[in-house]
Amino acid sequence: MELDFSTLVPYAGELVQGFVTTVVLTAISTLAGLGLASLVAYVRSGKASLLGRMLGGYVEVTRNTPFIVQLFFLFFGLSALGFKISALFAAFLAMTLNLGAYSAEILRAGIEATDRGQLEAARALGMSRLQSYRHVVLIPAFARIYPALTSQCIIVMLGSAVVSQISVFDLTYAANFIQSRNFRGFEVYLVVTLIYLLLAVGMRQAFGFVGRRAFAFRQGGNA
Amino acid sequence: MALVSVNDLHKSFGDLEVLKGIDLDVEAGEVVAIIGRSGSGKSTFLRCLNQLERHDKGTIRIADQYLDGKAMSPGELSKNVGMVFQSFNLFPHKTVGENVMLAPVIVRQEDKAKTERVAREVLDKVGLLEKFDAYPAQLSGGQQQRVAIARALAMNPKVLLCDEVTSALDPELVGEVLRVLEALAREGMTLILVTHEMKFAQDVSNRVVFMHQGRIHEQGDPQTLFKDPKTAELRQFIASVL
Repeated sequence: MELDFSTLVPYAGELVQGFVTTVVLTAISTLAGLGLASLVAYVRSGKASLLGRMLGGYVEVTRNTPFIVQLFFLFFGLSALGFKISALFAAFLAMTLNLGAYSAEILRAGIEATDRGQLEAARALGMSRLQSYRHVVLIPAFARIYPALTSQCIIVMLGSAVVSQISVFDLTYAANFIQSRNFRGFEVYLVVTLIYLLLAVGMRQAFGFVGRRAFAFRQGGNA
Repeated sequence: MALVSVNDLHKSFGDLEVLKGIDLDVEAGEVVAIIGRSGSGKSTFLRCLNQLERHDKGTIRIADQYLDGKAMSPGELSKNVGMVFQSFNLFPHKTVGENVMLAPVIVRQEDKAKTERVAREVLDKVGLLEKFDAYPAQLSGGQQQRVAIARALAMNPKVLLCDEVTSALDPELVGEVLRVLEALAREGMTLILVTHEMKFAQDVSNRVVFMHQGRIHEQGDPQTLFKDPKTAELRQFIASVL
């Protein structure tokens, strides 16, 4: 078999479109997912409450079911109930909820490692629980669990390949689309695999870059 | 009227009764050193004064504020009382300046410019103005503790509680922290300190309170108390620490 990458050239537009969709989808659901995780971890690390138990249910259901089923449930299930949402929005929602659940648990570990003295100092200075969470607990907790969080976000990016199954035009959808036109499966998937690999490596670099700046206080460096 | 007035204070942890009825009045401007063996209840007593531990029985009055052991908002509690801890507890992700300014801004909603002015004042007072933009990890233990004192002062407390504030420090760093406290005492700040620094208690405090088994066992002015202890327990304690 001879490799012929020139057959991909006419489809460069589709590849770019798929790439952009995957990157944008990952970026916004990472931000939304981490925001969600911060809220869930706050409620779950406080006193037992009805809301806390409900969020616990959400975390467990999400962590113990396949992502593709969650995606189908949101897209097909909700529309059957009369909530019409676009494929792209369903993908965003599924990725956000998925990352939210996993990273809430990771973040909770970081919060529980908070020194009691930090909380007492915050209290003695008059901060409410929410103020102390926001200003005292959250950033060091993120710093502690940052490597695990980075991996989780990359997993969500790679997992986003399945959103092609509900016809979101992401990178995987582009690959399937091109392959069904030019029948050059090997070339197409080789290129797309490399793009995913570069995306994952790039994400790790980007997270490292952001982390070194955001958490500079840990090294005692001049930041 | 005394600034701090404690009546019949009781506190138990489970079956263990740690405070068995404490009565203590502290006048404004007074420096009170609480000494005693570990387990005598002195830290618990101090922590009741700003309700980090809620007491079971008895009353505490600080200025015009009554604490009855029921839940109060931290904002209310921090109105009159500041606290400095053994382990500094600076916020590691905030610079020195941010550590000092955080509570005035988010708890008291004071404006930024005024808060920064106050922060610079209190940091100057503890001799660390030039560390305004440094992170806690870049400071020595003694410097961190001085920032912690400045942070408490920025809330303009009527009473400053100090819980073994030099116990976590290397011996050569103890002096710089004690000198700051001494200067505060001279300025008329009301201080209640749990301390193992007997010399400091002797030199700086107006009154020494010896706690033993959850009660105030003996108290008096430092000269008399250290030279001429009335009770056998205090005599033994002094002999063991001096």
